[in-house]
Amino acid sequence: MVSTGLAQPVPPASAPEARAWQVLAEVQDPEIPVISVVDLGVIRHVRADAGGALEVGLAPTYSGCPATAVIQQSVVAALQAAGFEHVTVVEVLAPPWTSDWLSAEGRRKLEHYGIAPPAEAVASPRELWRAAPVVACPRCASRDTTETSRFGSTPCKALHRCNICLEPFEYFKCI
Amino acid sequence: MNAATTSAGPVTAAVRKDYVLQLADTSLILGQRLGEWVGHAPAIEEDLGLANTALDLVGQARMLLTYAGELEGEGRDEDQLAFLREERDFRNLALVEQPNRDFGHTIVRQVLVDAYQLELYERLQHSTDARLAAIAAKALKETRYHLRYSGSWLVRLGDGTAESHARVQDALERLWPFTRELFEELEADRALSAAGIAPELAVVAVAWRARLDPLFAEATLNRPKDAPFRWFGRRGVHSEHLGYILADMQYMQRTHPGAQW
Repeated sequence: MVSTGLAQPVPPASAPEARAWQVLAEVQDPEIPVISVVDLGVIRHVRADAGGALEVGLAPTYSGCPATAVIQQSVVAALQAAGFEHVTVVEVLAPPWTSDWLSAEGRRKLEHYGIAPPAEAVASPRELWRAAPVVACPRCASRDTTETSRFGSTPCKALHRCNICLEPFEYFKCI
Repeated sequence: MNAATTSAGPVTAAVRKDYVLQLADTSLILGQRLGEWVGHAPAIEEDLGLANTALDLVGQARMLLTYAGELEGEGRDEDQLAFLREERDFRNLALVEQPNRDFGHTIVRQVLVDAYQLELYERLQHSTDARLAAIAAKALKETRYHLRYSGSWLVRLGDGTAESHARVQDALERLWPFTRELFEELEADRALSAAGIAPELAVVAVAWRARLDPLFAEATLNRPKDAPFRWFGRRGVHSEHLGYILADMQYMQRTHPGAQW
């Protein structure tokens, strides 16, 4: 998926930071437990100071997503379990999180899990008015699908149905 | 620490706080109102749609309330601002405290507010206040989904059966007088737009109408005539409905101060 330069998280600048990123790559999203918080693109930076304290920059997905608080706790718990004693999580609001930040690996895992990944890049946000994207069925890959509900079990998903294999499925919305 | 006190220009931290509170309270009260539909919407898809919209609005309100508390500088956090303020201290638009009535009425109110927030956030994302710009840029993305949802329902109901058409046209007539407040400029609004913190309300008004008119046309609805208005929620002058919302929203914190779960 196309990513803008702005979208790239800050790369690790030291061995502890690189190790922290590895730990975070194992922290699962609480609502979609097949992808990690790194796959989801919510980890924006990890900074280690000389004393070993870590600061993790976290971008919330949707403003009201209840999973954000859980992600924050999981991040701290995982890093502490890996030996980082002082961990703080800061909220990063700008630039706002976008579904474009899902990693290629994250998209593949979503699809394998049965959730259609975002259909298009929104790096330059276009008007979402009326224009419904073509969403491929994660089971049979048919592009002949229908949106059944614009909102689903979590803020980030909509409900669709495949017109070919007739299975309902969830779709990770573009935002 | 307090960014507002270091800014140049005539906009004091108090003026800025009041503006942020207006945005916060409008989202918070509308979110609370929409939450009343949970378990009662006409179909599960609408239950989900309204609940998700409510969730976004409450999330936006939390970010804005936190910022308002910091601008105030008296140590009040989002919870204290949401749960321990009196009716007169709320700065939400009187439009959003109006009762849900039927689903069509709720949709009309939502379209009016979604289009307003869309045009407002579109411009606030370029605010000279970096914190406000960041919150607006985030909220804007969610608001696009909100209007897409409410707008598509407005068309289905307006251009639907004689009954659904009559109900949403009636809702539009009832709610339209409350929209006067959206663009009524206060002295603070002029100072805020001069400082580039907030957009000029006259500009937002034109964009809002331009967005709504084609939608009304497609929904075969008539835009009501402008009418004088009595309520001015942004100044703390509310209709009788806000007190009931606050009673429902605040009773837990007032009964058990500081309770957490």
